[in-house]
Amino acid sequence: MPGRITRDDVAYVARLARLRLTDAELDTFTQQLSDVLEHAGDISALDIADVPPTSHPYPLANVFREDTPVPSVDRGEVLAQAPVAEDGMFRVPPVLGEAP
Amino acid sequence: MSDARSIAEAVRSGETAASEVVDSSLAVIAEREGEIHAFNIVLADEARAAAEAIDRRVAAGEDPGPLAGVPVALKDNICTRGIPTTCSSRILEGWCPPYDATVATRLAEAGAVLVGKTNMDEFAMGSSTENSAFGPTCNPRDTTKVPGGSSGGSAAAVAAGFTPLALGSDTGGSIRQPAALCGVVGAKPTYGFVSRYGLIAFASSLDQIGPLATSVADAALLLDVVGGHDAADSTSIPEAHASLAGVLGEGVSGLRVGVIDELSGEGVAPDVLHRTGEAAEALSAAGAKVEEVSVPATTYGLSAYYLIAPAEASSNLARYDGVRYGLRVDAASTPEMNEATRTAGFGDEVKRRIMLGTYALSAGYYDAYYGKAQKVRTLIIRDFATAYESYDLLLSPTSPTTAFALAEKTDDPLTMYMNDVCTIPSNLAGQPAISVPFGTGDDGLPVGVQVLAPALGEAAMFRAAAVLEEAAP
Repeated sequence: MPGRITRDDVAYVARLARLRLTDAELDTFTQQLSDVLEHAGDISALDIADVPPTSHPYPLANVFREDTPVPSVDRGEVLAQAPVAEDGMFRVPPVLGEAP
Repeated sequence: MSDARSIAEAVRSGETAASEVVDSSLAVIAEREGEIHAFNIVLADEARAAAEAIDRRVAAGEDPGPLAGVPVALKDNICTRGIPTTCSSRILEGWCPPYDATVATRLAEAGAVLVGKTNMDEFAMGSSTENSAFGPTCNPRDTTKVPGGSSGGSAAAVAAGFTPLALGSDTGGSIRQPAALCGVVGAKPTYGFVSRYGLIAFASSLDQIGPLATSVADAALLLDVVGGHDAADSTSIPEAHASLAGVLGEGVSGLRVGVIDELSGEGVAPDVLHRTGEAAEALSAAGAKVEEVSVPATTYGLSAYYLIAPAEASSNLARYDGVRYGLRVDAASTPEMNEATRTAGFGDEVKRRIMLGTYALSAGYYDAYYGKAQKVRTLIIRDFATAYESYDLLLSPTSPTTAFALAEKTDDPLTMYMNDVCTIPSNLAGQPAISVPFGTGDDGLPVGVQVLAPALGEAAMFRAAAVLEEAAP
């Protein structure tokens, strides 16, 4: 079973998940996540190497529809709900480098 | 307000106008919504217009359908075109879906009238409806108590008599637990029974839409309307199902019912256990063969669930990045904008679960946490399969306690998670379960008992639920 989750671990997953935490939040979340993971320790300890994993409860595979065009959601209606749209596209701040 | 079946009959026959029904629903809402806060939005004008349209159809000799004129409420994670759908989160504030969920379409086609979208724990993560960005919902039976969650607004709307029917979603007990705490009927069908098209995803392999109602018959009626195959959901079960409303009178004579040992002992309050025992006796008195049964792996359900559900959530909620819908907090670059938006838009419980899931899926921990939890899921499915070789149905409490006080458990997430211990196994196994009100606890608040069935065992499950409803103290 892995060791306890550390403050650094929480800071790392927060960064991965694009969340910014204050120092106080880091302390609180570290304690709370540690409690939950400690409770989950009962399954980490199980010796079930030979048991296959289940990712989905109902046996359905390769569900296809007929390959015929159907109307899709209206683009204008979708873009109207975006924070910023321009020329039929979502507008965002610069992704790489300086603003133009 | 009377039950959905009677309303629909009266509206279809022209005896009662849908407009009167909707006005009376809106009047009850006006009276008590201030103290309950079941809704994120009440659609009074839209509901009146829809009711008038139904009345015109009846006047023209048409049949508006099996739910003609019946007011319904939808949990606010079910998409409604042009109507705000928030998941009780700041991050979706102001967003109106560009399409309707399949269940919303089917309800409208059946003549139901949407009167509002109900409050919930943010993104359905919670067991008390206190994790809403818009404030908690109160339990109509005692407004100092929580209604349960995450479909607490839907359960409260039905319990308060605002609408006879509501839809919720259930990922780990989010229909059944609030139904139990508010004293109404709530069912989670087999995974794939009801289309998830237009249900905003929390944990996609566990989420399922289901009915909340004041009676077993109404829950069956609602499930009959919204259930069934939908080509727009690739996990929708292709086989047609028989009417559930049609089987309710068939009783339980000859059925074998197992009371789950692991969910009927430690951690469950004595008054709840007492009612569960009485429910077992009631089924026995009605002709079922009732015994205790062990389903050992259910013990590990909570641990597996709180790794699998956050893992799926961390992936599903990656889409809230400030680009396509809802909130955007401006920043100089897109990565900074993504982070600022998510930091401002998500509440603490959602952040906790996203981080927990990210951790459980991250390199070095995947095998020990997420991988292990998926194997435990297999064990739970196997143990249920073994139990169902000897039994047709299983029985347990729905929730370990009756409704607890507002703010009692908000500081301790793990204690809050324990509310779901009896309901989680059915989600992990993809199997149906229903909560039926069965008397009250020592505090006078409602107790729910849960009937569990194997996949697509809804008919027997509803038969047993009807027997319990009839026998309830």
